[in-house]
Amino acid sequence: MEINKNIAISDSGFIFNPTSGDSFSTNHIGMKVIHFLKEGQTPDHIITSITEEFDVEAQVVEKDLQDFFQMLENYQLIISHG
Amino acid sequence: MTKQTYERPFIQKLNTGTMNKFGTRTEYTPVTQIDGVPVKKIIEEYGSPCFVISEKTIRKTYKDALRAFKTRYPKVQFAWSYKTNYLNSVCNIFHQEGSWAEVVSIFEYEKALNNGVPGNKIIFNGPEKSRADLQKAVENESLIHIDHFDELYELTDLMKNIDKKARVAIRVNMDTGVYPIWDRFGFNYENGQAWNAINKIMSQEKLDLVGLHCHIGTYMLSANAYSIAAWKLCDLASHIRNKWSKTLQYIDLGGGFCSANTLKGSYLQGADIIPTMDDYAEAITSTVLNFGFKANELPTIILETGRALIDDAGWLLGSVVATKRLSDGRRATILDFGVNLLFTSFWYNHKISPAQEFSFHSEEMVLYGPLCMNIDVIRENISLPLLNKNDHVVVHRVGAYNMTQWMQFIHMRPKIVLIDMEGKTHVVREHETFETMNRYEKNPAHLKEFSI
Ligand SMILES: Cc1ncc(COP(=O)(O)O)c(C=O)c1O
Repeated sequence: MEINKNIAISDSGFIFNPTSGDSFSTNHIGMKVIHFLKEGQTPDHIITSITEEFDVEAQVVEKDLQDFFQMLENYQLIISHG
Repeated sequence: MTKQTYERPFIQKLNTGTMNKFGTRTEYTPVTQIDGVPVKKIIEEYGSPCFVISEKTIRKTYKDALRAFKTRYPKVQFAWSYKTNYLNSVCNIFHQEGSWAEVVSIFEYEKALNNGVPGNKIIFNGPEKSRADLQKAVENESLIHIDHFDELYELTDLMKNIDKKARVAIRVNMDTGVYPIWDRFGFNYENGQAWNAINKIMSQEKLDLVGLHCHIGTYMLSANAYSIAAWKLCDLASHIRNKWSKTLQYIDLGGGFCSANTLKGSYLQGADIIPTMDDYAEAITSTVLNFGFKANELPTIILETGRALIDDAGWLLGSVVATKRLSDGRRATILDFGVNLLFTSFWYNHKISPAQEFSFHSEEMVLYGPLCMNIDVIRENISLPLLNKNDHVVVHRVGAYNMTQWMQFIHMRPKIVLIDMEGKTHVVREHETFETMNRYEKNPAHLKEFSI
């Protein structure tokens, strides 16, 4: 899974994809996840980091991330390799 | 170190330039308490889902409505429309405030008697009253509102054997400029049917015509329709006065005033478009006052207001069962209550609030109930915060018709809790159990056993 390198992310959670011209808004956790992806972290690592910082079970994060990645893919913000 | 509160990751495409037909109003200010009682505590104590009724809201709404009429007209009487919500505790709050009872079946009639309403303060409406029902109503001196000629003939025949007079009115249907006309109940004004029925009654010695009734529809957005209805009833009353020298005691304008719920298909919020109680009161009272009755012959105005008096006082509390993503990308939230409990979601886009604080992010979603049935949709499209499993929600304005039209289908019905004037909670109807449902079934002996 690879994040589209061109996208611009502001501190307030505003995302702009210059290739398509689309813009998006995301929340605090969404931003964190996108930053992790930019750093090339694996989903497992992201889950661990989030459960360390937030009051939440790993399996909840896993389910939410699956959904979030699906949305990122639909919006062409990540490229999934299989 | 205490960990931060988690919110699931969320991303939403920003559409520039397109108008959102659902408006920009945010619906999700959390509702964490009702009359000072925390929603969380109610759910912990009484379970989820759970209906909640506010005694304070009922009394205040009633007093406000009564004031709107009493400040304009000397003789006003409300009669609580039982079918709107016939929980004994709810009925008795209205009776304590001075309401009579308006019933449409012998079941509701028995309920009113059992609640202690004097027989002569029960209005018996509806198209189906058996001979035995009519007899009971005559004996109790209740007000029988005759719906059709067959009922009139039945009653006339019954009275041959009763040494008493029956106190009756007829239900009149009419054109008030609101369509379709509700002409299936009562006798029509425009085609002379009502006048014909009146003359038949007046010629019967044992029938005492004491009033006239109409119920022109429900959720009436036009206050003027009531002005037309009141005028037509007054017109019949004055004809009766002229022809038979008989002064009627009352005209009954029925129910039908709007509550602040938003009808499906309406882009505008209910609260922004409905007439106020003062609008309805002004339309009715000014018509009757200006009609030309002598001061000592003014009829009492009876009102059978239902939803407008009780909707605001009812809430449905529930919880999120699951959230999922549909194949077209929409988010779906499954709740632990559905159309089985929230019958009025077929008519209304109910306002639904989260019961806990959230960040400012919201997403559009469809709200499903728990039934394994395609019809079980509470809201086709609503913008709410990022709800998670086990979060609580509060549905507003569910006091009318839900606690009577709910169905025991797939799931059993939950508790109803009343919050009294001091903020104390009382269970006013227990939740159903497996035993409740099974009690009514009888299994023939040959069907008791099987081996699979
Ligand atoms: C005869 C009669 N009176 C009163 C009502 C109460 O109506 P609403 O809840 O619209 O005020 C009804 C309901 O349909 C009714 O049929």
